[in-house]
Amino acid sequence: MSTAVDVPRFVRAKQVEALPPPNLARGPIAWIRENLFSGPLNTVLTLVVFYLLYVSVPPLVRFLFIDAVWTGSDRAVCRADSGGSETGACWAFIWDKINYFIYGSYTISERWRVDVFFALLAIGVVWLLWLRAPRRDLGAVYFFWIFPVVSYILLTGGNADLGVRFWIGFAIFGALVIALFAFFAALLKASMRPAFIMSGGIVAVIGITLALVDIDFGLAHVPTSLWGGILVTLLVATVGIVVSLPFGIVLALGRRSKLPIIRMASVIFIEFVRGVPLITVLIMANTMLPLFLPGDITVDRLLRPLIGTALFASAYMAEVVRGGLQAMPKGQYEGAMSLGLNYPQMMSLIILPQALRIVIPGIVNTFIGLFKDTSLVAIVGIFDLVKTIEASRIDPNWAAPTIGITGYAFAALFYFIFCFGMSRYSLGVERRLAAGQKR
Amino acid sequence: MQTVVSQTSPPKKSFLYDPKVRGIFYQVVVVAAIVFLFYAAASNAIENLQRAKIASGFGFLNNTAGFDISQTLIQFSAAGSTYGDAFIVGLLNTLIVSAIGIFFTTILGFMVGIARLSKNWMVAKVAMVYVEVLRNIPLLVQLLFWYIAVLGALPQPRNSLDMGAGFYLNSRGLFMAKPIWGSNISVIIAALAIGVVATFVYRRWARKQQEQTGRQYPVGKVTLALILGLPILTWIALALAGANPITFEMPRKGTFNLTGGQQILPEFVALLLGLTTYTAAFIAEVVRAGILAVSKGQSEAAGSLGLTPGQTLRLVVIPQAMRVIVPPLTSQYLNLTKNSSLAVAIGYPDLVQVFMGTVLNQTGQAIEVVVITMGVYLTISLVTSFIMNIYNRRVAIVER
Repeated sequence: MSTAVDVPRFVRAKQVEALPPPNLARGPIAWIRENLFSGPLNTVLTLVVFYLLYVSVPPLVRFLFIDAVWTGSDRAVCRADSGGSETGACWAFIWDKINYFIYGSYTISERWRVDVFFALLAIGVVWLLWLRAPRRDLGAVYFFWIFPVVSYILLTGGNADLGVRFWIGFAIFGALVIALFAFFAALLKASMRPAFIMSGGIVAVIGITLALVDIDFGLAHVPTSLWGGILVTLLVATVGIVVSLPFGIVLALGRRSKLPIIRMASVIFIEFVRGVPLITVLIMANTMLPLFLPGDITVDRLLRPLIGTALFASAYMAEVVRGGLQAMPKGQYEGAMSLGLNYPQMMSLIILPQALRIVIPGIVNTFIGLFKDTSLVAIVGIFDLVKTIEASRIDPNWAAPTIGITGYAFAALFYFIFCFGMSRYSLGVERRLAAGQKR
Repeated sequence: MQTVVSQTSPPKKSFLYDPKVRGIFYQVVVVAAIVFLFYAAASNAIENLQRAKIASGFGFLNNTAGFDISQTLIQFSAAGSTYGDAFIVGLLNTLIVSAIGIFFTTILGFMVGIARLSKNWMVAKVAMVYVEVLRNIPLLVQLLFWYIAVLGALPQPRNSLDMGAGFYLNSRGLFMAKPIWGSNISVIIAALAIGVVATFVYRRWARKQQEQTGRQYPVGKVTLALILGLPILTWIALALAGANPITFEMPRKGTFNLTGGQQILPEFVALLLGLTTYTAAFIAEVVRAGILAVSKGQSEAAGSLGLTPGQTLRLVVIPQAMRVIVPPLTSQYLNLTKNSSLAVAIGYPDLVQVFMGTVLNQTGQAIEVVVITMGVYLTISLVTSFIMNIYNRRVAIVER
């Protein structure tokens, strides 16, 4: 059996001379040739980019650093007609107003409380975001309960003075909640212990929170109209994240629910909020919230945009969390159910811990968006960083041509540092999470 | 043979353990909560409105507006126009800045996105810096920055910058020749329509020819000639015949200000610049992700079939990348449209500034104004996502 096909073969008999080695394969010159001048098109592109950089970077550096005015106490240093420099940024202005930009008009003797708030916030953020931090479950309790309550007391001064009648009312409410849980437990012929633990826990958490707010710690009251600057920017962002994460999870679960009405309600809320600009939500909160509440209740001016941003962020967070829920393999749900776990157990013990972990980058990205969006509260008259700059810009003491640009450059730098840092973090987490899937 | 029939009837359990019953119970609770919330809000609102003596209903749309708007695409005057007209002016202003912004941001975004993937190290790095800087600074700060930068750089009206060809630039904006449409403009529109229809017919014919015979006919050049060339030729012909359909009103330079011509507000320029550059950074990332999503094997296979790099890009990579790019691209377009509402910060008269600002302040009818404004944005985004779903279904990979 012959299968070989008769093919005329070519067999080289003589050794071919070796090609000369590439004359430059490594080293900086080779790199430049490879990456910048590898062809006529690339050469032209490189030259164009060099020209653009030549046109834009030196003036920028000169404006920001070389010609900039670093020290001074009033407009004279930044005005050409009084012997100052007009060609550079007026950093002296920022330096002079820095306390206003950080604290707003917060009572000067009480500003240490704001510093403590910043520190507490930093602790909470690091605890939650550092993936190898110890006891991150306690971190969550800290960030979503202890930290908000302590911050509220620190910043406002606490001492809400709720009164005896309120506490009697609360006692009745607590008793009712416990009774309701016990009633359902009896109805379902389930054991009473978990019902008591759960209802008691809820009542205790609310009660302790209210008690802390009620106690007089001897801190002076600082009205929210005095708050401003970076304090308000960070506050809006913090309230946004603290509210939007749990609320977003609930909405995402609602959207994935099998119960049609709950699903519908979640979908309508999410799509409605995502379909309108934040500024309309803020204006709505500003003008309509007072209308919807009984006439004798006034909503704090600062609280209105806080509610607006929190609701807005929740809808976006819900979509991120839904992405994580959908990415869970069905086997996880089935495995949990076959172990006999009920819905809350399945979600809290099996699904959510995994789903939230894989959407950390998405959550951080949403948070970056939220952080940038906090600047919009300036439009509805809240003194955040942008608004304090707007207000200082027209200060006659600092009337100079470069003041506006300098102020906004400062704001841009502030936001850039935070957002860029967070986006690097989210990239890092993404890479770490992807490590398991890499082949 | 024995059959053991074990009659293990399920243990009697309370019907409360039935998931269906529980489901109904939960939903009833949710419905009750929502109804209660709405009822409380509505009754409070009615009471508060009555106490503040604020009218309700949409009748205010027919009331005289009594304020001026700096940029109007339709006739609008403080004395003769209504709040309804103001609404339309604001809506048109929002739409025009969004449309022009979308046009420019697409071009810029694609350029930056492709530049980020360039083999040229310098180009890629500069594109990366552009994206990172623009993405991480709030749009509001950028807008305020542009506004000051644009306004600060411009001279007073009395020493306007003469840029030639009827273009003048000063702190009140850019002035240019204003086209005045003559009566026989319809001829040119008709020529354009004929050009569009002819292009469609020609393209179908060319494709059929290619499928049947393999011969390729030039499509791009013919399209350009039909759509642009035909109306221009008609225009020239009409102008030569002495019936010029378009005349221009030139801005005239007075002692203090310019009169006549078309004025483009500096607010508009600042808003357009801010929106375009900001959104372009996001579009660049979308484009990059889309191109990276086309696996390398595709372009290698195209190369081994003998396609040139240009053909590979045009026929293999881009059609596949577009499938990934288009959905997030649309949501960026929507973002741009929604972000145009930041116009309120720099005083460009868009929908929010005119309607949610001035009209709301004058009438005090917060609920109606908010409902109408949100309704507009909601309609835009729902219609877009509806069209998007249809598109997605069309381009989805056909699977077995």
